[in-house]
Amino acid sequence: MSISWYLAVSAIVFSLGALGVMTRRNPLVVLLCLELMLNGGNLALIAFSRMWGNGDGQILAIVVMTVAACEVCIGLGMIVAIYRRNLPIDVDELRELQG
Amino acid sequence: MSTTTYGWLVLAFPLLGTLVTAFGYRYLPGRSAGWIGTAAIFLAFLAALGALISLQGHAPGSRQIVSSLWNYASTMGIDAQMSILVDPLSVFMILVVSGVSTLIHLYSISYMDKDRGFVRYFSYLNFFVFSMLLLVLAGNFLLLIVGWAFVGAASYLLISFWYRRTTATKAGIKAFVINVLGDAGLVLGTYFIFKHTGTLDFLKTFHAVESTAHPAFGHATNNGDLVAGCILLLVGAFAKSAQIPLHTWLPDAMEGPTPVSSLIHAATMVTAGVYLIARMHPLFERAPAAQDVGAVVGAATLLIAGTIGLAQTDIKRVIAYSTMSQIGYMIMGVSVGAYAAGLFHLMTHAFFKALLFMAAGSLIGAMGGEQSLEKMGGFRKAMPFTYACFIVGGLALSGIPPFSGFFSKDEILLVTGERGGWHWILYVAGYIGAFFTAIYTFRMIFRAFHGEPVSEARELEGGHLHHAAIPRNPATGEEEDTDVGFPGPNHAIAERALPMRIAMGLLALGAVGAGLIQIPKVDFVIDDFLRPSFATAKGYEPHTKTGLLVIGLTLGTLIGLAGIALAYRIWIVGGEELKASTAIRERTRPLYELFVNKWYFDELIDALVVKPMAAAGAFARDTFERVFVDETLVGGTTGIVRAGSAAVRAAQSGFVRYYAALLVLGVAGVGFYFLLQT
Repeated sequence: MSISWYLAVSAIVFSLGALGVMTRRNPLVVLLCLELMLNGGNLALIAFSRMWGNGDGQILAIVVMTVAACEVCIGLGMIVAIYRRNLPIDVDELRELQG
Repeated sequence: MSTTTYGWLVLAFPLLGTLVTAFGYRYLPGRSAGWIGTAAIFLAFLAALGALISLQGHAPGSRQIVSSLWNYASTMGIDAQMSILVDPLSVFMILVVSGVSTLIHLYSISYMDKDRGFVRYFSYLNFFVFSMLLLVLAGNFLLLIVGWAFVGAASYLLISFWYRRTTATKAGIKAFVINVLGDAGLVLGTYFIFKHTGTLDFLKTFHAVESTAHPAFGHATNNGDLVAGCILLLVGAFAKSAQIPLHTWLPDAMEGPTPVSSLIHAATMVTAGVYLIARMHPLFERAPAAQDVGAVVGAATLLIAGTIGLAQTDIKRVIAYSTMSQIGYMIMGVSVGAYAAGLFHLMTHAFFKALLFMAAGSLIGAMGGEQSLEKMGGFRKAMPFTYACFIVGGLALSGIPPFSGFFSKDEILLVTGERGGWHWILYVAGYIGAFFTAIYTFRMIFRAFHGEPVSEARELEGGHLHHAAIPRNPATGEEEDTDVGFPGPNHAIAERALPMRIAMGLLALGAVGAGLIQIPKVDFVIDDFLRPSFATAKGYEPHTKTGLLVIGLTLGTLIGLAGIALAYRIWIVGGEELKASTAIRERTRPLYELFVNKWYFDELIDALVVKPMAAAGAFARDTFERVFVDETLVGGTTGIVRAGSAAVRAAQSGFVRYYAALLVLGVAGVGFYFLLQT
């Protein structure tokens, strides 16, 4: 199978994730969509790794997963903190950081 | 000890005194600062005596000794050294400066006793003496300029000593600005000379100028650069020595405490210009044009200041104008080649003028701070000692034999007359000035000490020293505080303070006897002593024509006596209610207006310099500063930054997905760019 198929799927997953980040307001869903984007990237890495026949891409994919795990930790922690302070769980409401 | 070691000690003691009083002011008990300051200057005087004795031990040909502590810079042909020159001229100056300063410090201990700035006062005064000694001992132009500027700064500090009086601070600023003008002249003049000689050292400069093979300024006299340099040096001398037209600061400087007027504005600092011309005589002798400028300005000053002195009523200002006038004689003297006579007059003038100021200080003390002659009168019985000192100083100033001023002033005029030609005009001007001198001096004495005693004098005769209920500024009549920075309500008079009496008594002895050091045709102590410093000066040797000498001495005596007689006629015989003087004033109204308004010099300088400068400043502020700098440059920059930041701030909406969308768009844009590139 040509590598194009893998890359197409990867691109679709990434774009879906990106669309989700841009359109959803629930921070939990935004985080999920971020995961989608990362995994879209992972898919492309693994496809390339397969194409070249060495393990570099796979190692990079594992690094990305580690980063994703860290990011989810912090993201979920923040969401819990927001919840505990009785703030709205909505990224559009949380916009004090503006010029 | 070697001669130059004494020279360094002369500088070290006053500096030490300054530092001890300045940094130890919290720990010095009572009036000890005054005694420390006096002792420091007295030690300097002793060291100066040591230098004198040690110098006389050298052969006359090797009495110009330079000592350098270290080099400041010796690159690019500049030989800037920390060096002093000990020669008869500088030793003469340090003896006069430290000797008179010791007595004035002693006087100040009593005079400033009740002032709350006592320690500060002595610190400043010691600093002044240090600066003055540095000025006269300097062995090169650089150190001379340093001393010159220090002296100006010390003068500023002491004129503005009572810093809460606005009149005093204004006078201090005026003095400082005019003195800095002189400093600029001195520095620029040095450049002109250094450019040709390539050395800053005095002796090397003189050698370069006097060299027979390759003189620095050519063989002919009146080389353009030399004349320019000498005239710029003269600007410095005129500003420091209060010569026309840079004299207006001196009368205003009388705002300072009276001992300060006595020390700085009569005996020492204002004579720096005379010293400068005498020191630079090898240069001036090759620039006769500059010498003529000095002589004419000196003569003009002595006449104009004399006429102003006739009309002033503030006792300190009368003496200040008299100082200007006497320094006019000295400047004229050293400019026509009468070096020894000019310096001799410098010395005798230091004695009798310091004495007159001290006596005036005592009188002002008895008046409770009042300085106007209009309010004084009849102090003769109440203050016999001050009266005697005033008489001695007045006779010396008027040039009555055998008092000191007689010999020194007539010697200057004698040498001026010997030059012949148009110098006869200066000769005549000098004698007219002497006539004015006698009149205004005795006007002062007769008005203050003779006639009906005023209430203050009566009080003092009854044994009570008058103290004003409310201290007032004598210049403006404003009520004054008695806090630090103002003269206190308590005053001192010589009759009741031993240190003041000692100082005035010793100066009175000097005023009486100092003239006998050098009597024409009899002894030549000053001439002989100073000769090594003026070894190459043309016409230094007195070749006095006896006829002219006799005429001059007789004329001087007669003119002095005539002036005193006229003053007696006007203010004693014509006494009641000043009838005679009022009549004269009414008859010569325009002249009187001219004199009492000081020949309108302040107004002239105001109109010619201050007003145009202020107008130019206002114009620059309104157009250049406000419109161009503030609005265009500064306003433009801030406008750009503000507009840019407003645009960037608008992008910071706080919506996370908006940022994410921008990010995606940006990455997509970059991606498309590279796609299109390939």
